[in-house]
Order: sequence, then structure tokens, then C-alpha cells
Amino acid sequence: MDVLTLSRIQFGATVAFHYIYPPLSIGLGVLLVCMEGLWLKTRKPVYHQMARFWTKVFALTFAIGVATGIVMEFEFGTNWATYSRFVGDVFGSALAAEGIFAFFLESGFLAVLLFGWDRVSRKVHFFSTCMVCLGAHFSAIWIVVANSWMQTPVGYQIVTHNGVARAEVTNFWEVVFNPSMVERLFHTVCGAWQAGAFLVVSVSAWYLLKQRHLDFARASLRVGLSVALTASLLQLVSGHTSAQGVAKNQPEKLAAFEGLYTTSSNAPLTLIGWVDEKNEKVNGLQLPGMLSFLAFNNTRATVTGLDAYAPEDRPPVQASFLFFHGMVGVGFTMIAIAALGFLYFRHGSLHERRWLLWILVFSVLGPQIANQLGWFAAEVGRQPWIVYHLMRTPAGLSAVVKANVVLSSLILFTFIYFLLFAVFIYLLNDKIQHGPDEQDLTPSGKLALPDELLHHKKT
Amino acid sequence: MNFDLNTIWFILVGVLLTGYAILDGFDLGIGALHLFTRDDQERRVLLNSIGPVWDGNEVWLVTGGGALFAAFPNVYATVFSGFYLALMLLLASLIFRAVAIEFRSKQPMHWWRQMWDVGFSVGSVLSALLLGVALGNIAWGIPIDDHGEFAGTFLGLLKPYPVLVGITTVALFMMHGAIYGTMKTEGALHDKLRRWAMNCIIFFVICAVTLTMATLLFVPHMSARVRENPWLFSIALLNMLSIANIPREFHHARDSRAFLSSCAAIITLMALFAVDIFPNLVYSLPNPENSLTIYNAASSSKTLGIMLVIACIGVPVVIAYTVCIYWIFRGKVKLDRMSY
Repeated sequence: MDVLTLSRIQFGATVAFHYIYPPLSIGLGVLLVCMEGLWLKTRKPVYHQMARFWTKVFALTFAIGVATGIVMEFEFGTNWATYSRFVGDVFGSALAAEGIFAFFLESGFLAVLLFGWDRVSRKVHFFSTCMVCLGAHFSAIWIVVANSWMQTPVGYQIVTHNGVARAEVTNFWEVVFNPSMVERLFHTVCGAWQAGAFLVVSVSAWYLLKQRHLDFARASLRVGLSVALTASLLQLVSGHTSAQGVAKNQPEKLAAFEGLYTTSSNAPLTLIGWVDEKNEKVNGLQLPGMLSFLAFNNTRATVTGLDAYAPEDRPPVQASFLFFHGMVGVGFTMIAIAALGFLYFRHGSLHERRWLLWILVFSVLGPQIANQLGWFAAEVGRQPWIVYHLMRTPAGLSAVVKANVVLSSLILFTFIYFLLFAVFIYLLNDKIQHGPDEQDLTPSGKLALPDELLHHKKT
Repeated sequence: MNFDLNTIWFILVGVLLTGYAILDGFDLGIGALHLFTRDDQERRVLLNSIGPVWDGNEVWLVTGGGALFAAFPNVYATVFSGFYLALMLLLASLIFRAVAIEFRSKQPMHWWRQMWDVGFSVGSVLSALLLGVALGNIAWGIPIDDHGEFAGTFLGLLKPYPVLVGITTVALFMMHGAIYGTMKTEGALHDKLRRWAMNCIIFFVICAVTLTMATLLFVPHMSARVRENPWLFSIALLNMLSIANIPREFHHARDSRAFLSSCAAIITLMALFAVDIFPNLVYSLPNPENSLTIYNAASSSKTLGIMLVIACIGVPVVIAYTVCIYWIFRGKVKLDRMSY
């Protein structure tokens, strides 16, 4: 294999593996804020127990997220040096801002969240939990800013120094609020909330099935299902606006998502099917006019097809189509699962329906699969460009790195990632089997005393 | 020297990397010393002395990398693609030591803990060594062609001088880590760490003296500026005084002052390095005219200006809550059920 293919596989593998963890940190962050908030509000010990238990799971995902995240930041320089020279002026700022505004906040207050239970007051601890959650979201903001600029670059000019062209910032806020940023951020964050919420739902459903930790499981389900349903419904909205954005900003990407070869009004939406790339058509179940309607709110609107682009400017169609439709399919399934679970939980009969509990146990995989497919669709659909309509992917490679070197690092990291994943699953399973601590029903340290008493003691 | 944006960013990247060396330096040092005690309880105390802070410390490297990318993209591109294998090894080491901290005490089995202990220690030593070797290469000079691309090989990076810088870095971080450890421990382990700290000081001083001689003899451009501006020699003097002060503070049982001295030693070393490479960021050998400087490798002044605003907002806030968090976790390590 050549250095281009190897570098793309390596970056894809690194990002895909990394992206198992940050959505969990973002999503669990929100749930931790809910749980600890409920504890402060209601003073029910079970919420304290929940916050403690899920904090431990959070710590596990966070550590691997940090460790694998550093790799990506370095890979821009190691494998994509020419790209880095070209966009450093624009793209680098977003990464640096992520470090300063997000990572410091997250990792700093994580210390208090994990180890501060007995050292600080309830309010300071809750504040730290909120800051960790906020930091995780800041990180999402800046990385989506950077990636969206690659999808819809604005706010720059091309300047040539010593015969080498590069993009330089002309308007920072245009770069930040580039045309696709807001809707993609919304979509990404909802996906992360789903990932965190369904993890909580899954583990709690399993406890109900096994008749363990029942109070804990019910309380966790209440929080988990509420967030899961809210996020899944919001995802419907954000998915729709993102797709409309793609239709407007990157027409060939939408055409590839839907396998639309001919520019047409009344363009059809494929519900299920596959692309016949040779004959340039889609086989499957189609709704006429629906794509025009979804993309432009009008069944007669014209949707640009791949025929408007030269073959070398088109994204890989089959892959984009399957990733995109896979994501949409899983997305709708998650709404159905969350709604069913929520309804039966409210009805008080969820624990009797073992089939649904089993579905909930496996529901944790749904958002993970959809998040991966969605990012694959977004990035494969941007091809052949590394920066949309500005730089082609092969042009971004490092000039001095050889294929055998990339192969060795690829083998090294594949080995490391498999090992990390195995250990992660082993330890996660161990925590789940062990379950919440009975000790945590009686808060200790400074947390044990209500705030009024604590102040009273001081005076 | 005029204080333009490029110079300010040279200093800021330097500050970030110095912050990293001071903070993650003691983490890596604790890691390097980890296997010297065989007692599980003592190993846990050592791990938990850095437990709440290690990942925050590592963020200094991530942010330093981000700042380098944003401010000097050509340096980022040339060095990272040129040092490809070395960086991949550094990343693998950093990953192993990070997850080892998290995983180690999650299971009681002896083989499990021993495995992650070795991962933690080897990862820490290798990280320090590779960072030092990279710095050593920047000081010695690396071959750069007239397109600004690295023109050397991986084995070419392992010349004696950079390796010596690498070993000195390990020694420095071990000393720094041992001194940090004395602040966080009590009883037998505390006395043990003091003994280790004294041995590490000797190890470091031997390395530092050898390195200084090697630099004066073989790397003349790394002392040119001090030769022209003799007052800068005071930095070197301050460095030696800080080191000499450490045993004195130990003698008076003032562990935290010893730690501050050790921080001062790191700051002065980084300052000496910065003073001598300025205005180059990467010195090109054998063609010095191809060196990457703070001007030919920089982003546009517009971006440097925007980034400066971001830094002025962000850095004070970061420093404020970092100090708060170190304050919350001050004092000796007590193991409880939340500990590693």
C-alpha cells in the first residue's frame, strides 16, 4: 500500500477509536450534572450513590480519551505536514483554543470531581462537576469549528510566501461561525448526549433484569431515559438541519449520501437500498420528491446530482450512501427505543417487559454505531478534498514520510488500541458487576453534613 | 531585539513548554522512580501523589503543541514529520503511562499491578528521554533542505549529543520527581525519597556538567549569545545556585522550598536554551541559512494577534484555577477508597 492509503487508514483508525470515548465524557458529563443536581435538590442518598458510581465510569472513559486524543493532534504534523503548513494559520488557532479553554478546564476540575468528594463542600464539588461538563462541551465546540472549516472554509485568503501558497485568516469570527459549524455542533453534541444516556440506560436495565440494586437502577433509568429521549428527539431536528446545510453548502456530498446521479427536481429519497455504481443508479425503496422536500422544503425543488461534477471531483458514492443511511436508520431506531422505554417506565411496567429491557441493554451500541457512521459519512463525503474545494487529500501528505514508516506506526497503534479496548471493556464490566457502593448511601467527609450545619460548625 | 508578535509568541510557546517541563516533569520523574520501591502500598502512595494532577499537567504539552501549530505551523510540520518515528514512540509511551495510572490499582492481582507498574515506569522514562533527545536535536541542528523539509534519517537523530541531552532530561525529571515526592509523603517513604533525591541530584549534576562541556566544545552556536552578552551568564549562575540550594533546604527540612528550587533550576535551563536558539526555532545543520526562524516559520501577524488575545483571556484563568486545585490537594497523600 502507498503512503497515502496508509496515512488515511491510520488517521481514520485513530479518530474512530478515539471517538468512542469523548462522546461518553460529554454525555456522562451532562448526566453527572443532572444526578448531582438532583442530590443537592432532593437530598436523596440514592442520587449521591449514582453520582459516585457514574463518576468512576466517567474517569475510565476520560483517561483513555485523553491518551488517544494526543495522538491525533500530533498526527496532523507527522502524517499531514503539507496540510498543516497550508492551514496552520487558520486551523491551528482552533486547536490551541481547545487546549486553553477546554482541556485545562476539564482536566483541572476532574481532579476535584474524582478525588475531592471528602475535601470540598457540596457546592464546590457540584461546581467542579459543572466545569468538567462545560469543558467537555467547549472541546466539542472548538474541534467542530476546526472540522467544519475544512468542510465549509470561509474567512481566509490565499497568500503566497516564497512560492508556497497557504490560507491566512482574514476574519476570525467568520472562521469560527463558518456556514456549517452551528448545525454540525448541535448534531455532534446531541449524538454525544445519546452515547452517555444510553450507557446509563443500558447498565440500569441490566440491573433490573438481574434483580440487583433496584432502587439505584430505577433512579438511574429515570435520569438516563429522560436524557436519552430528549437527545434522540433533538437529534431528529439537528440531523434535518445538518442535511439541509449539506444540500446548500456541499451539494455533491448530499448527492453521494443519496446516490443521486442526475440533477433533478422532484428528487427521490431512498428509504433502504444500495448504489449500483456501474450503472449509476440506486436499487431500493424510494419516495419520489421527498429528497427535494427535505432538502429545500419543496417537492419541486431541484437537487444537484453528481452529474454536475467531474468524476475526479466526486466523493466515493457507495460508501457515503451506506454510512449515511446506516446512521439515519440507527438514529430512528434510537428514538423508538427511547420512547418505548420512557413510556413503559412512566407507566411503571418496564420491569415486567424483559424483551424491552434486553433491547435497552444493547441500546448502548446504537449511538456509538451512529456516531461512527455519521463521522465516516461526513469525512468520506468530503473527499476528494481535505479542505473542501481548496486542497485535495493527497496534496496534504507529509513530503518526507515513507510508506514503511507509516506501516510500522500503524501496526504499533493498532496493537495498542486493541489492548486498550480489551482492558477498557474488562474494567468497565468489572465496575458494572461490582455495582454501586452501599457505603455511598451515607455521604462522608464534608459532604455528610448539610451546608447549614457546616457553616454553623465554623462559627 | 524588538518585541514584535513573533517574539512574544516565541516566549509564550517557551512558557508553555517550561510549564510542561515543571509540571509533567515531576509526574515523569515519579514514574521513573516508581519501580525502585517494591512495596505495593508505597507504590500506591507515589501514584496518588500525582493522581489528581497528572492529566492536567499533560494538557500543557497538548496546548504547547497546539500553540506551536497555530503560531509556527512550519516548525510544527517540519519537526513532527521529520521526527516521525521518535514521536510515535513518544506517543506510545505517553499512552501507556497514562492508562497505567488509571488501570493499575483497579485489580488486586500481583501480575496485573506489576504489568502496569512496568508500563508506567518504562513509559515515563521513555517519554522523558525522547523529549530530551528531540530538544537535543533542535540544539545541535538538524538537516533541513531549501523547501524547509527535514532531510535527515531516524538514526541520524540518535547522535551522542542529543542522547546526552535525553539522559540529562531523565536525570532532571527524576530529581524533580523525587523532591516533589518528599512534599507529598511521610514516614519511611519520605526518608527514602529524600535519599533518592540526593542521589538524583548527584546523577543530574554529573549529566549537567558533561552536557555543559560538550556544548562548549562541540556546539559553539549554543553559547554564542551568552559569549556576546556576558550578563546572560547570570542565568547559568542562577541555575547552579538553585541546584546547590536543594540539599540546603533538605537540611533545614523545608521540602517545599527544595521543590521551588528545583522548579527554578528547570526554568533557568529552559531560559538558557531559549536565549541561545533565538531567533531560530529549528537550527539547520549543515545549511544554517535554511534554519526555521520565528519569522519564516510563523503564521500571519493577524493570527498571532488573535491568538495573543485568546492567550491573554485564557492563560490567567487557567493559572488561577490550577493554583486553586493544587491548593485543594495540598498536603501529604492519604489513601482512601477513591484513590488509585
